[in-house]
Amino acid sequence: MNIARFFRERSKERQGGGSASVAKERLQIIVSHERAERGGGPDYLPMLRDELLEVVRRYVTVDPGAVRVEVERDGTHEVLELNITLPEHPGPYPPPGRRR
Amino acid sequence: MSKIVVITSGKGGVGKTTTAASFAAGLAKRGHKTAVIDFDVGLRNLDLVLGCERRVVFDFVNVITGDARLHQALIKDKRLDNLMILPASQTRDKDALTAEGVEQVLGELREQFDYIICDSPAGIERGAHLASYYADDAIVVTNPEVSSVRDSDRVLGLLASRTRRAEQGEDPVCEHLLLTRYDPHRVTKGEMLSVDDVCEILAIELLGVIPESTDVLNASNAGVPVILDEGADAGRAYDDAVARYLGEERPHRFIHAERKGLFGRMFGG
Repeated sequence: MNIARFFRERSKERQGGGSASVAKERLQIIVSHERAERGGGPDYLPMLRDELLEVVRRYVTVDPGAVRVEVERDGTHEVLELNITLPEHPGPYPPPGRRR
Repeated sequence: MSKIVVITSGKGGVGKTTTAASFAAGLAKRGHKTAVIDFDVGLRNLDLVLGCERRVVFDFVNVITGDARLHQALIKDKRLDNLMILPASQTRDKDALTAEGVEQVLGELREQFDYIICDSPAGIERGAHLASYYADDAIVVTNPEVSSVRDSDRVLGLLASRTRRAEQGEDPVCEHLLLTRYDPHRVTKGEMLSVDDVCEILAIELLGVIPESTDVLNASNAGVPVILDEGADAGRAYDDAVARYLGEERPHRFIHAERKGLFGRMFGG
């Protein structure tokens, strides 16, 4: 019986396919998802985003979702990533309601 | 300069109290004046693991409410001169711990001790929050298992945002990973997440790996921190972790399965 088990376990090891690889894959997905959700960063991020949006809107008409602020962990340091999507057809400058 | 170290995990049953007891004993054994506090209000257990349950007179909440002085509540360990234990209260009042009270007690302990070890309760409620809030360092205890790793990641998020250091914009809490209940044989078979897998996912510095061992249960049965059992692999692994924490370089042990010979594997158990 032990001989049969020996070969079964050997083949499992060779394939590298225990349940651990599934666990790792599932964890990587859920953890990165949850990190993105909590912003992975400091509390000031939503405020920073709102203020940036306000500044951008002084010059260009953009959607509320056009400004994205994210903090990514890369080993020991963190990277603050700003992403502003400009519209394909920018409106008149200055945007309506922002004339001084 | 004293240091406050929180032992935390999010998930219950992964070995926080075992770790708090052994880590504190290891520091005390090396001559550092160490206090270890049980933050698990209502579910006191550190006293049992350290074998001083019959000497509890006053507790953490008694000190906060002013019913006892700190020195009356601290229990001196019988084996280690440098180790004192502050037991949790068994009250069912969830609001017994207050931020001001905890801050005041920690401040008083800072004057007398080199290290203050905070044994956090499971979860992310008040007790866990207060155990972490004033920490300088954190030891995140994790099992190589999906729910524990996920909870540890959540706790790391809280350490980075909901602590005094984060709120005051000081240097962040220094995070260390302690992987417990590790079974190298199951890792070799591909049945358990490996050290490298967990390190890759959590991306924090590895302080140590504690092998799954019957010695841990035997030690807690007897009320002796397992680090004092020098014949036990788990005890020696804790000793390595304490040494590394204090800046010593030690290679990681107990993370590879001892290979049985071909004969042993085919005919052995």
